[in-house]
Amino acid sequence: MQPLTLSKVAMRCGILALILFVVVVIALKFGAVPVSLYGLAKDLIGLLIGRSSEISSEYGMIVREIRLPRIAMGIFVGASLSVAGTSFQALLRNPLADPYVLGVSYGASVGSILALIIEPHIALRPELAAVFTPLGGFLGAILTITVVFLLGRYRGEIENRTLLLSGVIAGMFLSAIIALLITMLPSSSTRGMTVWLMGDLSTPMPPILGWVLRTGFFAGFALIYLTASDLNLLLAGEKEAMHLGVDIRKVRIVVYLAASALTGLAVSVSGSIGYVGLLVPHVMRLIFGTDYRMLLPAAAFGGAIAVVIADTAARTIAVPSELPVGAVTAIVGAPLFIYLLRRRLA
Amino acid sequence: MERGAQDGSRMNADVRLSVEQVSYAYSPNPSQAPIFTLEATSFQVRPGEIVAVLGPNASGKSTVLRLIAGALQPLSGRILLNGAETHLMEPRARAQKIAMVQQESQLLFPAKVWEFVLQGRHPHGKSLRFENSDDVTIATNALRQVGADHLTDRWMDEISGGEKQRVILARALAQQPVLLLLDEPTLHLDIGAQVDFLHTLKKLTAVNRYAVVIVTHELNLAGEYADQVVLMQKGKCLRVGTPASVYQRDLLEQVFQTRLTVEQRVNGRPKVSVLESSE
Repeated sequence: MQPLTLSKVAMRCGILALILFVVVVIALKFGAVPVSLYGLAKDLIGLLIGRSSEISSEYGMIVREIRLPRIAMGIFVGASLSVAGTSFQALLRNPLADPYVLGVSYGASVGSILALIIEPHIALRPELAAVFTPLGGFLGAILTITVVFLLGRYRGEIENRTLLLSGVIAGMFLSAIIALLITMLPSSSTRGMTVWLMGDLSTPMPPILGWVLRTGFFAGFALIYLTASDLNLLLAGEKEAMHLGVDIRKVRIVVYLAASALTGLAVSVSGSIGYVGLLVPHVMRLIFGTDYRMLLPAAAFGGAIAVVIADTAARTIAVPSELPVGAVTAIVGAPLFIYLLRRRLA
Repeated sequence: MERGAQDGSRMNADVRLSVEQVSYAYSPNPSQAPIFTLEATSFQVRPGEIVAVLGPNASGKSTVLRLIAGALQPLSGRILLNGAETHLMEPRARAQKIAMVQQESQLLFPAKVWEFVLQGRHPHGKSLRFENSDDVTIATNALRQVGADHLTDRWMDEISGGEKQRVILARALAQQPVLLLLDEPTLHLDIGAQVDFLHTLKKLTAVNRYAVVIVTHELNLAGEYADQVVLMQKGKCLRVGTPASVYQRDLLEQVFQTRLTVEQRVNGRPKVSVLESSE
């Protein structure tokens, strides 16, 4: 009998953080302008421990102003999507649940696009304009999950299959809305939007938005992590969890809202990056087991690593043009998903 | 609640669980007439005592158990555990006192036996918790008490039905409850495993002074192991008493709609046999 301890969790997270760091350094190196790996790592460590505030001047501008912010965005988007997927899987007791299956991502997309359409027509202060699109995405996500949640209820209780199907149908309906909105837009802006719908980290983010994304992630993650023991029991079954002292209603509401908020934030800054919320939790389960006290942080690191790698591939495979990162995750994710599904059945 | 405790102690210092004139009505839709009603039911359970709730399907046995567990709110009457109404307790506080053994939902991901038993420690402590050495000691003891310590490192889905019921019982013991509720715990067990299970339960009840309520179809096992039985039919509580006093041939034939004989044995434990239909 060797129960999970806090120090075990911390140690494994340390290893994952190290892997993330290595991935970030490698991702920083790749790109049109060559950069030395050794110099990069040295400068980054110096930056992290506060010894120096400078990255070597030859490539400093490119690394600091272009690659690093984009990678930072990838880290938080990946971590948010992955943690949201992990949470939805416990709530619905379904390993196939993720922000896409539940339609939340599509809701966020519709909200973001609507905000993009409305924005030019209303006079906004610049600091508000910067967060207007993400706000739309966020509201879209929350609204969608509320509707799906209400549709998935049967006799006042959540019925998992009904909920999943409601999510799938809501997703289809919202995709149709997205197609409609795109055809109504002037053709000049649709190409950019199509790329964005497939997931895109290339659009630079205003600093305030970076702050919102980071703060939102840490707040959402903390809320969900506080229920990790409860989620372990929910996985064992609802009636069991209730008799073991879990306040099911409260846990549900907290985790639903927090996971939807994470999805809304991620989708509103990056568009739809599929399969991260579905596959990363699966792979992390294979490595670290099913205990949510370990799985949630592992999923956060895993999601960050996956999206940074995918985005690096997206911007280097077809140089000089760029692929949407969502296309990369889908091309890798779909076959991997089929493989895991077959493995489960076998 | 304080008053309730005092009243209870004046009446009978020993009573741990008191079901007092409890009724319940279930309707899928508030505007419709209820499709199931439980009429006023009363009985008491003392520490170290096993009470079996018996009856055919849809007699209201499980409803009684869920009411006691605090999962349902009585329409009238009250259920007091050491003087406190069970459905008003906080979920965590309730789980520190009441443990439920029931048919398990299927596990979504594989779990080790020891992980499963440690779940019983969840109600004790904060919501986010890491188990400490005390929890491990308690879980180890629980497994030993049900005679399943050799299963500690096995996977839950590779042990037999009888072993699984023991592990589920061990998780309930790890909660260190004062009231143990069991919903058809021997349902899928062969007769040897049924007897083993109830024998263990009887022994633990005597040693740990649990108050035990068990819902079952097994007339003879209840007759053998229960101190009191509660006989139910169509939402009515017909009789409460010792097995010998409740197991009357006419009564059981009418309740279970079949012909049978009841043999009153010298140890005071009645034995029921179903007769072949004579036609």
